[in-house]
Amino acid sequence: MSVFWSLVQRDLLLALRRRTEVLTGLFFMVIVASLFPLAIGPEMDFLRRMAPGILWIGALLSSLLSLPRLFEADYLDGTLEQLVLLPSNLALNVGAKMTSHWLLSGLPLVVLAPLLGLQFDLSADLALSLMLTLLMGTPILTSLGAIGAALTLGVRGGSVLLSLLVLPLMTPVLVFGAGALEAQMGGLGIQAHLSLLLAMMLASVALSPLACAMAVRLSLE
Amino acid sequence: MVMSIHWFYYAAPQNFFRLSARLWPWCAGLAGVLAVIGLWLGLVVAPIDAQQGEGYRIIFVHVPASWMSMVVYLAMGFWSVLGLTFKTRLSGMMTQALAPTGAIFAALSLWTGALWGKPMWGTWWVWDARLTSELILFFLYVGFIALTSAIDDVKRAERAGALISIVGCINVPIIYFSVKWWNTLHQGASVSLTQSPSMARLMLWAMLLMALSFWAYTVAIVFYRVRSLILQRERESQWLKRWFDQAQAPKANGI
Repeated sequence: MSVFWSLVQRDLLLALRRRTEVLTGLFFMVIVASLFPLAIGPEMDFLRRMAPGILWIGALLSSLLSLPRLFEADYLDGTLEQLVLLPSNLALNVGAKMTSHWLLSGLPLVVLAPLLGLQFDLSADLALSLMLTLLMGTPILTSLGAIGAALTLGVRGGSVLLSLLVLPLMTPVLVFGAGALEAQMGGLGIQAHLSLLLAMMLASVALSPLACAMAVRLSLE
Repeated sequence: MVMSIHWFYYAAPQNFFRLSARLWPWCAGLAGVLAVIGLWLGLVVAPIDAQQGEGYRIIFVHVPASWMSMVVYLAMGFWSVLGLTFKTRLSGMMTQALAPTGAIFAALSLWTGALWGKPMWGTWWVWDARLTSELILFFLYVGFIALTSAIDDVKRAERAGALISIVGCINVPIIYFSVKWWNTLHQGASVSLTQSPSMARLMLWAMLLMALSFWAYTVAIVFYRVRSLILQRERESQWLKRWFDQAQAPKANGI
């Protein structure tokens, strides 16, 4: 277990030394959220209705941007091979990398989203629901995306390929995440959506390190 | 008795090459015959529909295409599991060979769905639950084909493809149900694309015949593709070199 936390600590330390990489991902979400009103018009009623979808897509795209970086740096300087050679379970090690990635790119999105919601006149309880759904959705994005990132390691045009692979798998998360907010706007309860999101999160967090470990071994051969 | 069956006999490219050489023409012929009968039943014999008139006849292509796109994806998952477990080369080739056919069926299903939608609802596209999940299935196929063609090393490409197709197979039910949920909550149209009125027996028969025809076509074309892949990848092996020589020589016993 100490290997897990020392790996997380290492990644966080490395990211702190290159703060720009983390922050650019966040600013990407800010820009995307601002692009939608520019494209579809400034009518507040319309934007208020579309806000959950826009913010969720912004979070999705921002996560996708940061996914290739999950293994790339370690792959290029040989640390990934050392990770595979560690006596601890590779699934655990990969899980540590997923955890640090989520802490760096998923968790800030959760905090940022309500602030962006202000641009769309999102009410306080909707903003809270947005945070909850993102809190459960972003780990799914990280864990499923990590499988794609491991498979496209070192492949030409890898980041676009990664998006193509990962986005269809993300549709349930998008449907339930944004759908929860739509349901709340319509006066229905969101417990069903949250339960499903939580179930998907637990399943993907538990199972994708195994698939990701296999993918990492595959890419290193 | 079970132990005496050599389960992996046809896992050897050489043996499968011989088997598929005999089988694929028959499957293609069967596909043609079934298609002719099915289309004749569906386009000529089946009665005009009470609600939808003549336009409903597109289902004789649309529904079998959708079924086959899903069956082919499951087949890809099956061969992927087999290939990763037993490390057989042929499983990877089967998965690769299935992908384009599945993608074509998915695209055909989407296109015929649009052709059906225009006279029925006046729009080329409806965000119906089934059509939308078919669209996502199409994206999954395209992703698989993109991944396996982007990786140069054949073994790595096949194993990466196997992994992504297994992940996709696990996700397909989740995607389907989430899209179904999404659609029922936002339901605008009152008639579902697949909620056809109780089908006349004849229409059902025609649809089944078309489905079997597509299935036979899939087997034929996949076998043919696997043969091409074997020719490409096993070209250094002795048995294939002998086969080439024999093929050059005037009328040896056919392989």
